[in-house]
Amino acid sequence: MSFGIGVSGAGMGPRGAMESFAEGNGQRGQVYNPRVVRRMLVYLRPYTKMMALAFVAMLADSALTLLAPYLLKVTVDTYIAQGDQAGLVHISLWTAGTFSGIYLANRTQQYLLSLVGQRMLANIRRDLFYHLQELSLRYHDTHIVGVTVSRVMNDVATINDLLSQGIITLLGDVFVLAGIIVVMLTMNLQLALLTFTVLPLMLLVTLWFSRRARVAFRETRTSVAKVVGGLAEDIAGVRVIQAFGQEDTSQENFSAVNAVNRQANISAMSLSFIFLPAIEFLGILATAIVLWFGGRAVGTGTVTLGVLVAFLAYVTRFFNPVQELSRMFTTLQTAMAGGEQVVKLLDTVPDVLDQPEAIELTDVVGGVKFEHVSFRYRPELPEVLHDVCLEIQPGQTVALVGPTGAGKTSLGNLIARFYDVTAGAVLIDGIDVRTVKQRQLHRQIGLVPQDAFLFSGTIADNIRFGCPAATAEAVERAAKLANAHEFITAKPEGYETRIQEGASNLSVGQRQLVCIARAILTDPRILILDEATSNVDSLTESLIQDALRKLLQARTAVVIAHRLSTIRNADLICVVQDGQIVEQGKHQALLARAGVYAALYQRQFAE
Amino acid sequence: MGVYITLVLIDLITIINPQLIRWTIDQGIGTGDDSLLTLAVGGLLALILIKGVLTYYQGLWTEVASQSVAYDLRNALQRKITELSFSFHDQAEAGDLLSRAIQDVERVRFLTGRAIFRIIESVFLMIITAGVMIWMNPQLGLLAVLSMPLLIMRSIHFGRIFRPLSLQIQKQLAVLTTRVEQNLRGVRVVKTFAQEEAEIERFARENRKWYELSALSAKMQSNHMPLLNLIANLSSVVILLYGGTLVINQALTLGELVAFTTYVAQIVTPVRYLGMVLPAITIAGASAERVFEILDTAPLVTDEPDAPDLVVERGEVVFENVAFAYGRQAGVLKDISFVAKPRQVIALLGATGSGKTSVVNLIPRFYDPTAGRITIDGRDIHTVSLNSLRSQIGMVLQETTLFAASIRENLAFGRPQATQLEIETAAKDAQAHEFIMQLPDGYDTEVGERGRTLSGGQKQRLAIARALLTDPRILILDDATSSVDSETEHLIQVALERVMQGRTTFVIAHRLSTVHSADLILVLDKGRIAARGRHAELLQSSTLYAGIYHQQLKLGSARLETAKSGVTL
Ligand SMILES: Nc1ncnc2c1ncn2[C@@H]1O[C@H](COP(=O)(O)OP(=O)(O)OP(=O)(O)O)[C@@H](O)[C@H]1O
Ligand SMILES: Nc1ncnc2c1ncn2[C@@H]1O[C@H](COP(=O)(O)OP(=O)(O)OP(=O)(O)O)[C@@H](O)[C@H]1O
Ligand SMILES: [Mg+2]
Ligand SMILES: [Mg+2]
Repeated sequence: MSFGIGVSGAGMGPRGAMESFAEGNGQRGQVYNPRVVRRMLVYLRPYTKMMALAFVAMLADSALTLLAPYLLKVTVDTYIAQGDQAGLVHISLWTAGTFSGIYLANRTQQYLLSLVGQRMLANIRRDLFYHLQELSLRYHDTHIVGVTVSRVMNDVATINDLLSQGIITLLGDVFVLAGIIVVMLTMNLQLALLTFTVLPLMLLVTLWFSRRARVAFRETRTSVAKVVGGLAEDIAGVRVIQAFGQEDTSQENFSAVNAVNRQANISAMSLSFIFLPAIEFLGILATAIVLWFGGRAVGTGTVTLGVLVAFLAYVTRFFNPVQELSRMFTTLQTAMAGGEQVVKLLDTVPDVLDQPEAIELTDVVGGVKFEHVSFRYRPELPEVLHDVCLEIQPGQTVALVGPTGAGKTSLGNLIARFYDVTAGAVLIDGIDVRTVKQRQLHRQIGLVPQDAFLFSGTIADNIRFGCPAATAEAVERAAKLANAHEFITAKPEGYETRIQEGASNLSVGQRQLVCIARAILTDPRILILDEATSNVDSLTESLIQDALRKLLQARTAVVIAHRLSTIRNADLICVVQDGQIVEQGKHQALLARAGVYAALYQRQFAE
Repeated sequence: MGVYITLVLIDLITIINPQLIRWTIDQGIGTGDDSLLTLAVGGLLALILIKGVLTYYQGLWTEVASQSVAYDLRNALQRKITELSFSFHDQAEAGDLLSRAIQDVERVRFLTGRAIFRIIESVFLMIITAGVMIWMNPQLGLLAVLSMPLLIMRSIHFGRIFRPLSLQIQKQLAVLTTRVEQNLRGVRVVKTFAQEEAEIERFARENRKWYELSALSAKMQSNHMPLLNLIANLSSVVILLYGGTLVINQALTLGELVAFTTYVAQIVTPVRYLGMVLPAITIAGASAERVFEILDTAPLVTDEPDAPDLVVERGEVVFENVAFAYGRQAGVLKDISFVAKPRQVIALLGATGSGKTSVVNLIPRFYDPTAGRITIDGRDIHTVSLNSLRSQIGMVLQETTLFAASIRENLAFGRPQATQLEIETAAKDAQAHEFIMQLPDGYDTEVGERGRTLSGGQKQRLAIARALLTDPRILILDDATSSVDSETEHLIQVALERVMQGRTTFVIAHRLSTVHSADLILVLDKGRIAARGRHAELLQSSTLYAGIYHQQLKLGSARLETAKSGVTL
């Protein structure tokens, strides 16, 4: 059986092949995936007591439910038939009491089950979120946000039914079934065995169904993720869609993904519309067998009519829970498919990992060294940096300039160890960044990324992002240094202005100023400014530079820029081209070389 | 309709089957005549087979119907979302929209399939049974029926008190979705600032809130169905008690009482179903409310009825005393007037936040001005159809947005039918062809969500090529080369001069080398045009412009003496 869902590998794009999770794993379609269940059961463990209590409540519920018809029978046969008015009142009270007991047991059971279910969902989501924080950028580069969101929100939700309700129902039904089997076998061995001949058939049907259902239900999980992914992308790109008048195309594309999702659901469900009647048919087949053989046996006198009638009743009762179970099957399949995706995400190993004996990195002086660094983003992609050697002294300000796509941002990414080098090493104060704890490394580094991303929340929250405990004064100081204070206070709500989705209520330059303030506030030993002022006017930029100069005196700084006025204070200028540092030195020396830098310089200042 | 017929037939078979078995026992057994037995058994199997087929089709049809509801709703939502104006998207949160389109629609869908038929069926069954009981014995019948309105009322009441909570839970789910979505999109920032723990804590807080709400709902819900059962059961006890007394007093036969209790038992199933489904309806109602909230939002920027198409011939853009403000905030633009003559390059310059982007966003009507008017070739852009207006404007937005698709698809975004040659020409003009060809799959390389796997300058060049490919009459470049080195930028400019001949171009930039050759430079200051003119004029007339100029050339002038020849200032 092949699993054609979700093309594996680096495929991206919700409309293309984006499902990087479903690496066509070699599992066969089976009734249930033990690995998924085992992993999920772990989440149930903390609630064993509650589950046990729920189970007891269920037993009480069943027992009382069995008692109730008996009480009614006694009421009719004994008291009403005999005209015992006082007894009637008496037994009615008892019956009412029993019903109240059922109410309590039932209520307890349901409450506990859904409580456990919800708590488990919350725990799974928490773990998923935790795990997502551990995953490295390489993972996030190649996975659509919307799809991952769908894993955390939608797939997790499907597991609920499986774990809480499913298990109790399963246990309860299995009890009932076992009891009935025993009774039937003792009543008439032959007839009982005849009845049970349909069981292997049932097993076969179930196997057939679950094998197909597995594929079909997995498909529904993938297709709904694509719907989320597609929609998320349309929302993110809505401005471009409108600017290019492509509303119709995007609608067509979306409705294609949407249609696939609809079809996937219909296909999956229609399987169960075959399965349920099939199981019912087999149940009736069992009845027919009893009728036919039993009927003839009654004819020959080997079986009494009473036994036959009782048997028929038991057969019906036997197949009730069976049908109940099969009805739950679709729920189980959905849960299984959802659980599978969740487990797959939980089991994705981050490729940038702390070593077990990772060193604590404190008190960084700020020397950065690239030793013969080569780097590629992913094995199948071309090399981006080739044998780069660069030494930055503590406290130095180094500028990286060069054509676009040369590898400047990549160099910055490696200092922060967002990716691991392919060859060579990046050292901070002589320590290989791979041997230290990532989070501590990151704490020493302030990075202003090329795309100025802000979270929704207030401006103050965003500036405070790196050190949530910072006081309002500290926030304001950082904002002043970044020259953001003025525009912020010009807003009616000042620092409490809410940043809207996509930071749309700030101009792009303003976003960059907030990002700079955010980085300054953490007081990093190493500051990386990646085109931090590319959308800021030169006057503002020079004000920021003056402010930063004081701040950066004892700090190491890496400044990436295209506008050469940005880097005029650099102690060292490195020209990056095609993944290599082709020139380095001071401004004058570089100009004198009449190389790449001189050409860039002339272009910018020639008229 | 077919669904309803199958429903009736299925019910019929369900009722007939037990009768058939009873009949078989009564008639077929003991007579020693096997043929009757065989016939009965055969009939039984045949009937169940028919029922199976009917069940299949009924299931399929209802599933198709309900899935189609979800499909239609999601399409409608997506359509609406792509049509709503910028001001809507400035405010809306992606995670919230997603949660409405996925989780809320799913809840609505759940009710639209079998549920509707089951509701009809249940009501039908209830009414019939009630009628029969009252007909059999009015007194006892009324007593039995008494519990029904109680049960229904209780269900409706429950739905009513449950609805706010359920709405709250949906909202909290949306909050969770937003948190995950934001965190994933800002993952670089989170890592840079080592804020993973804080993020986890923040998520955990919302997660806990969701859990507490859910626990509350579990408490409420777990009481509901058992309570309904209790009411139904107690009412049967009352009937037995009262009916039993009647029997004892010879006012009723025992047989009648037994029949009555059977009917009471029979009526419980539909009532239970309604009890389950009525609150579900209110929950779905809460979800539907969230869905329709979006669907009913009217876009702020719309076509006037029968707006004619705009045909840009000369490409003259005129702003007449335009003022603009976002929402209810203070004005962002004040009294903007200028004339962009055909074929001209208009440059906008000014401090961060001075309103440059806001000015150009008014041309394709992303927002409407609060005062004044904008004309293209003499026609107020307010009076022409949006589609024709935007299709003639090529725009490179300040924030580059690419889609998770191949480079080719991204470039052809504005003109899906473009040929490879056209695509390549546009890419060459934008200086993108070279780097594209170096990628492993060339034009078929997937760029990742938002073009994450490209460098900043590569993304911008793709965005320029994308705009050029639409062959626009008016081109707007909003800081489109901020991440591109000057050398490459120069090459792009040379190409643009060729391509944009006879078209109007708006350029926003901070680098003076980008704007100094423009035909008209508008210097913006706090939403007003502070100065205008050509480079040489502005150097004389505007201290602001001269300031920017000298600021940028400080590096150059300081080192001028040592610089090699060819650098003129
Ligand atoms: N996450 C990524 N996955 C795969 N390839 C990448 C990724 N990021 C960058 N690249 C590729 O690596 C090369 C170097 O990119 P980098 O971002 O370092 O350039 P840059 O010098 O910063 O350019 P720019 O000035 O345009 O920002 C480019 O060819 C780019 O396409
Ligand atoms: N969608 C919005 N909602 C509310 N306020 C906004 C919105 N967009 C921009 N603003 C505000 O309007 C003012 C002008 O913004 P605009 O984007 O036009 O500036 P800009 O000149 O393009 O700046 P930059 O050079 O930084 O891109 C700024 O103060 C900004 O905060
Ligand atoms: Mg870069
Ligand atoms: Mg702008």
